[in-house]
Amino acid sequence: MKRENILLGHGSGGKLTHDLIDKLFVKYFSNEILDAQGDSSILPIEGEQISFTTDSFVVNPIFFPGGNIGNLAVAGTVNDLAVSGAKPLYLSAAFILEEGFSLSELEIIVKSMADDAKAAGVKIVTGDTKVVERGHADKVFINTSGIGILPKNRMHISSGKNIEIGDKIIINGAIGDHGMAVMAQRNDLNITSEMVSDCAPLNGLIDAAFAVSEDIKFMRDATRGGLSSVLTELFEGKSFGVEIEEDAIPVHDNVLGMCELLGFDPMQVANEGKVVMVVKAEKAEEIVLALRNHTLGKEAAIIGEITVSHPGKGWIITTIGGKRVIDMLAGEQLPRIC
Amino acid sequence: MKLNTEFRDKATVKNLVKAINALSTKPITLMEVCGGHTMSIQKFGIPSLLPKNIKLISGPGCPVCVTDRKYIDQSIAYSRMSNAIITTYGDLIRVPGSSSSLENERALGRDIRIVYSILDAIKIAEENPDKKIIFLGIGFETTTPGSAIGILTAENKGLKNFFLYSAHKVMPPAMSALIDEDVKIDGYIGPGHVSAITGTGIYNFIAEELGLGVVIAGFEPLDLLQAILMLVKQFESGKPAVEIAYSRVVNHEGNLIAQQKVNQVFEPRDDWWRGLGILPDSGLGIRSEYAAFDAENVFEVEVEPTKKDGACICGSVLKGIAKPFECKLYGKGCTPMDPVGPCMVSSEGACHAFFKYQSL
Repeated sequence: MKRENILLGHGSGGKLTHDLIDKLFVKYFSNEILDAQGDSSILPIEGEQISFTTDSFVVNPIFFPGGNIGNLAVAGTVNDLAVSGAKPLYLSAAFILEEGFSLSELEIIVKSMADDAKAAGVKIVTGDTKVVERGHADKVFINTSGIGILPKNRMHISSGKNIEIGDKIIINGAIGDHGMAVMAQRNDLNITSEMVSDCAPLNGLIDAAFAVSEDIKFMRDATRGGLSSVLTELFEGKSFGVEIEEDAIPVHDNVLGMCELLGFDPMQVANEGKVVMVVKAEKAEEIVLALRNHTLGKEAAIIGEITVSHPGKGWIITTIGGKRVIDMLAGEQLPRIC
Repeated sequence: MKLNTEFRDKATVKNLVKAINALSTKPITLMEVCGGHTMSIQKFGIPSLLPKNIKLISGPGCPVCVTDRKYIDQSIAYSRMSNAIITTYGDLIRVPGSSSSLENERALGRDIRIVYSILDAIKIAEENPDKKIIFLGIGFETTTPGSAIGILTAENKGLKNFFLYSAHKVMPPAMSALIDEDVKIDGYIGPGHVSAITGTGIYNFIAEELGLGVVIAGFEPLDLLQAILMLVKQFESGKPAVEIAYSRVVNHEGNLIAQQKVNQVFEPRDDWWRGLGILPDSGLGIRSEYAAFDAENVFEVEVEPTKKDGACICGSVLKGIAKPFECKLYGKGCTPMDPVGPCMVSSEGACHAFFKYQSL
């Protein structure tokens, strides 16, 4: 079927999103900086390397266990900078507000942004406000952009070009918390749960990892599209393969249970405070320990490694010892019939 | 017991695989007829654990997959009526009709809502008395009782704006049609949740007349391996039978209340299956007593001419005579993102499960 309209799936962070980016945005905007398609762009300015990124936030509901849209707006942009290896410095914040939206709710959101920015050591230095008629937006949409300084010795991280066979793959904790916490809040589901979003700025945690080793060769934050999207970006079109041990991936019981119920794969569920790192094998344990000593990395684990076999593909060793491929989410996640 | 751990215990899996290996001498082909099984088998990588002489093939057990494209076209036509709200389980929304899909129609502004239970659709009907709420009733014996309860609830509440469009089907006619069509299998991994409703009596003819074993399985790796072991045992000893490897959920008589409700609201009718054609008494229509809730009876809509399948071989995949990757569209013109056939759309379709997990 030829697509003539935007579908919700185009925003899922999975294959539809990637296709839209490649076949439309990159097609027209193409340049050497954009084409690298990292989480942040790297701008060579006056001998320095500046990381630059932008992100828009439209989450529904705007308040959820563990945070609100404002926390996401700061954490999301800080994380995109931090996973490129940069030190995040300055953010912008633009608001699209729906006529009639509660000022006191807006204040809670703005205060959360200020608190998170402070905790992450970044300043919100410019902004914009627009109001649209009732019904033309859903309460509040936020866009944040951010810049940071990228040390020269970390310029390889975005592309992962220094990755070698045998390198270990690390994640800083349990997957799927954010996606399922938000899903459970949606009023059509009637699921009561203790699930809490993992939303958090990760630059402090990443600093803690760098403090013990500079042998971090690739980082991505696993947001929409989940862990499997990040892994796919890691191996697709590469001369190496990826092997993941399903048992090693931390997942909280309640998230796993809800995924089973809805027919979702936790690896494809969104996170807002998870970073995937590829690190030198000999340093992996040390880095995991450093992550575990940080509040945002208590459940950090080595989940797999870079392999010489099956280049360009990712395999997962399932909990029962079977083998299958890792695939990216195709569109919006749909609950199954039976 | 916790499903997430005990029924996925690696050591027990190893022992079961060892037992299967020790027992299995002859080549054997088993068909799982339930889409949930297809998904579990792929998700846990079960084929990669089995000896080479055991072949698993997927059957026609994904309700979305066997449904006629005309059903989607007609649902779309309903969605274009004024004041209509279409309520559906999520799987259906991306299935391509002849020229559009429900997902596409939703993007164009039709009111199409995903629900998790027919009772949510009833609630929408109560909250929107000036709208026509049409629930797309699809699925096998597992979901039919829910649809029956939905209609009975609507009747109790005196709702005049709730309608069901039935694509409900029953499993046994398809299981016997496959054998008639000379699909070569040596036993069935029986559907777990269908059987929880129906009991096991509906399969007796398969063992007695067709000479094939049926073992009802659950959806966890140990459930499936246990069922495979039992089928291998039957096959090696030449004694086909109907057995249960999912006794924590299934018993021989089934859920009698559910069966009674289904019979009260629905009656058998001939129905069309992708890949199998028209099978006698394989579908369920709404009885005339409940005609006021039957969308087909109440609304007359113009439905576009149904497009043919083209190069898509979903029909053969559903019969287990072709593997998904044998289709020339597979992975090229047809992917989960841009599916041509229903087997690639539904998360329980064989093509989707293969594409997504591709167990070694």
